[in-house]
Amino acid sequence: MTTKVFSIPRPIHPTGLWGWITTIDHKRIGLLYGVTAFILFIIGGIEALLMRVQLTRSELDIISPEVYNQLFTMHGTTMIFLVIMPMGAAFFNYVIPLQIGARDVAFPRLNAFSYWTFLAGALMLNLSWFLGGAPNAGWFGYAPLTGETVNPATGIDFWIISLQILGVASLAAAFNFIVTIINMRAPGMSLMRMPLFTWMTLVTAILLVLAFPVITVALIELFFDRSYGTNFFVVAKGANPILWQHLFWVFGHPEVYILILPAMGIVSEILPTFSKKPLFGYPAVVLAGVIIAFMGWMVWSHHMFTVGLGPIPNTVFAITTMAIAVPTGIKIFNWLGTIWQGSIDLRTPMLFALGFISLFTMGGVSGVMHAIAPSDAQQQDTYFVVAHFHYVLFSGALMALMGGIYYWFPKFTGRMYNETLGKTHFWMMFVAQNITFFPMHFTGMDGMPRRIYTYASGMGWDFWNEVSTAGAFLLAISFVIFIFNIVKSWRNGDQASGDPWDARTLEWSISSPPPEFNFVEIPTVRERDDWWDRKRQHSEEIVPAGEIPVDEEHSIHLPQPSYWPIVVSIGLLTLGYGAIYSIPVGVMGAVIGTIGVYAWSFEPVNEPY
Amino acid sequence: MLMTNRRFLRLITLVLAGTLVISLLGCTPSHPMSTFDTVGPVARSQAILFYVIFWVGLVVFIAVEAAIIYAAVRYRRRKDQGDPEQIHGNNKLEIAWTIVPVIILAIVAIPTIITIFDNANSPKTPEEGGLLVEAIGHQWWFEFRYPESGVVTANELHIPVGEVVNLNLASIDVIHSFWIPKIAGKVDMIPGVGNTIWIQADEPGEFYGQCAEFCGVAHANMRFKVIAKPKAQFEQWLQDQAVAALESSDPLVIEGYDIFMSRRVLCFRCHTIDGPGIARGTIGPNLTHFASRDTFIGSIMDNTQENLLRWLTDPGDVKEGNIMARDAEVYNGTLPSLTESQISALAAYLRSLK
Repeated sequence: MTTKVFSIPRPIHPTGLWGWITTIDHKRIGLLYGVTAFILFIIGGIEALLMRVQLTRSELDIISPEVYNQLFTMHGTTMIFLVIMPMGAAFFNYVIPLQIGARDVAFPRLNAFSYWTFLAGALMLNLSWFLGGAPNAGWFGYAPLTGETVNPATGIDFWIISLQILGVASLAAAFNFIVTIINMRAPGMSLMRMPLFTWMTLVTAILLVLAFPVITVALIELFFDRSYGTNFFVVAKGANPILWQHLFWVFGHPEVYILILPAMGIVSEILPTFSKKPLFGYPAVVLAGVIIAFMGWMVWSHHMFTVGLGPIPNTVFAITTMAIAVPTGIKIFNWLGTIWQGSIDLRTPMLFALGFISLFTMGGVSGVMHAIAPSDAQQQDTYFVVAHFHYVLFSGALMALMGGIYYWFPKFTGRMYNETLGKTHFWMMFVAQNITFFPMHFTGMDGMPRRIYTYASGMGWDFWNEVSTAGAFLLAISFVIFIFNIVKSWRNGDQASGDPWDARTLEWSISSPPPEFNFVEIPTVRERDDWWDRKRQHSEEIVPAGEIPVDEEHSIHLPQPSYWPIVVSIGLLTLGYGAIYSIPVGVMGAVIGTIGVYAWSFEPVNEPY
Repeated sequence: MLMTNRRFLRLITLVLAGTLVISLLGCTPSHPMSTFDTVGPVARSQAILFYVIFWVGLVVFIAVEAAIIYAAVRYRRRKDQGDPEQIHGNNKLEIAWTIVPVIILAIVAIPTIITIFDNANSPKTPEEGGLLVEAIGHQWWFEFRYPESGVVTANELHIPVGEVVNLNLASIDVIHSFWIPKIAGKVDMIPGVGNTIWIQADEPGEFYGQCAEFCGVAHANMRFKVIAKPKAQFEQWLQDQAVAALESSDPLVIEGYDIFMSRRVLCFRCHTIDGPGIARGTIGPNLTHFASRDTFIGSIMDNTQENLLRWLTDPGDVKEGNIMARDAEVYNGTLPSLTESQISALAAYLRSLK
């Protein structure tokens, strides 16, 4: 204790704003992630609508090409890094400790740090709009278009730095969840008894840990090229710009699975619950997820079929890409097996899960089409690809995440959402996304390239672009319904019981919303769907929530709030800003961060309360 | 219950049939850049593969959708229904739906691999006497060079019908992509890294091409045209292009020539015009036979007097971000702008370069 330099006590029982700033409660952090990601989703959606307006007809002059390029770069970067990933993280945070019967994650303060750092990265990226223009080279940032000579504006620097900051956030979160899932499962919960969502989170976290270093290195090289005159990607100095593409896609393809695996996990929770049947072929579904993650590393060059790598690499990557359809198919067929002969309740989460399967299949089929390298040469960089990945990421990942929001809404808030509004949202979104994205298959096969702010009349693209734009606005309206439903229900929806769906996993065995300590007593797990099993086989053991005495003797040990995670994140933000604009500011950021880490390490522990 | 099921299924059939009709409407092959309406062996092989995987995919898609809809209707929860049987899996079934896709994909892989190699290997390479053209991507226009005859042109690729044309693809700045949907799928043009593609047009005509790799501000305005014509006409065209344009004695043209070559306006620094004069620049398009081209400015506009005047007056307005507007001193404000009479003289000169 003599080494203590700082002696700032920990915050005790903070409420209000300070409560949220210093919180290390995984549930509150989960809500912060979710709400922040949704706000960013609205921003990314507005960017999409602006692009759709510009593309409604040929030769429109509403948005300038420079702004258009910034819009699609920001739309892609935002939706991938600031919406789907953090929405996944929101569910990891809120649900995983509850599903595995833990009181919090392994490193609660690191968890808070992940959130604040994610927020710092999001701010950094969007700050660029006001400081000389947003990045304009696409979310894939191909060299040499990101080079200093062709692209001297600071937008690219903001893009590099914010992705680095987001990388720190993602890595910290990934390590945290790997350790949490490996070490903090309730007694009896062996790996093959883990809920599917927990499994997919574990796989996703491992993918994150392996994938992010690749993009980190690539971004460092690019930053050094731009700032310090190195020549990693400078063609005039003899660099080969294809290096960037390899680095980017070695990261970028596993990233696709980072986006979709949590969604598959969510769907694998919803389907059994609303069919009242266990997941069909659990070991196969788990294994398929692991295989997808593993094979995700062997397919990156299918993004590069037109680069001219030669017929042999194209053959190899065509075959591996086709092969990855097999485990994906296994998942789809097992989901169908799950609902088959079930007792299907078509509530909103179930509608979203079924919608996910039906539209993700469409994206999967067009994905296999892209694996056919020669025909992909016609589709690459056209609207056909845009259609494909919107079916996978919007109609796929986002639909599942929406289903997850409805599914766990009672658990998160203690209140029920409005079922009618939920179903209206689903049907409108389901129809609207097909109106928006399906015609893109046509325009793509009709030769419309991606990333063009305008097109000539007489190409036959006008009609389907008008349809797409109309669909996009209908989609926007469906989300207005969603927001209305969520806000209204959160305030004064019906009270939710602990287990409104007669569900199967541990998070439903406690009250809604869960108490701060989650479980009064850590459950002992006997079966795969332990809560279902307890309800059906051992109902005498179940003690209604609220009747369990929480007294001194139980003496629940909980992690305590902390000031330091946000301080370290502010340090990172300042450091990043300084890296672009001025070394003194950067040094200041480094100092703030260092102080934060130091104080974090020596933070005292309050007496148990 | 049974009736409603049947009605529901009928509705679904209707929806699926409607989707199919819309799909067919959506893919009408008459559009100028349609990948279905192919005119050459490369695009044709790619379209055939597309159809193969399309039908396979369609069957899988319909099967999955039908299963979802059937299950959602048939197994919908009824009132007071107890728990269904808790089935945990079925090994035989699961092995079947693992193996069957493997077999289907293995079959699809065979024509895929054959086509990959066919499209990579030119049937008549330059060494074997095939025609060779160098295509070079610039921000934001295409340059075409015919090394044997020394002809250099921009945004319009002339080729003989029915013959293999080998292209060496290159770029001088960022990555572009060479794509003529009706003739061949795209191959990237990468600075510092050479690429090749072979194409063949089986019928005469004009076919649209466009840069397909995002390359900066004016990416959308980087297009080109392939003009396929009978061999004799092509040879004639090549001969005409190989010599300088005829000199005109029109005083306006001569005035335009003087402006083009003057050290005050400096057009010659970036553009080449074969013949007398000092115009040997290589940054902008070669203008030796400018007037013989149907389109200009990255093939986004018809080559008319009116369009040319508009372009020469304010190139930045016609094509945002273009390098002439940015770097030419008469346009970026370093030197006084061109007067109206200077512009019409320049236009007259350029339009004389037949």
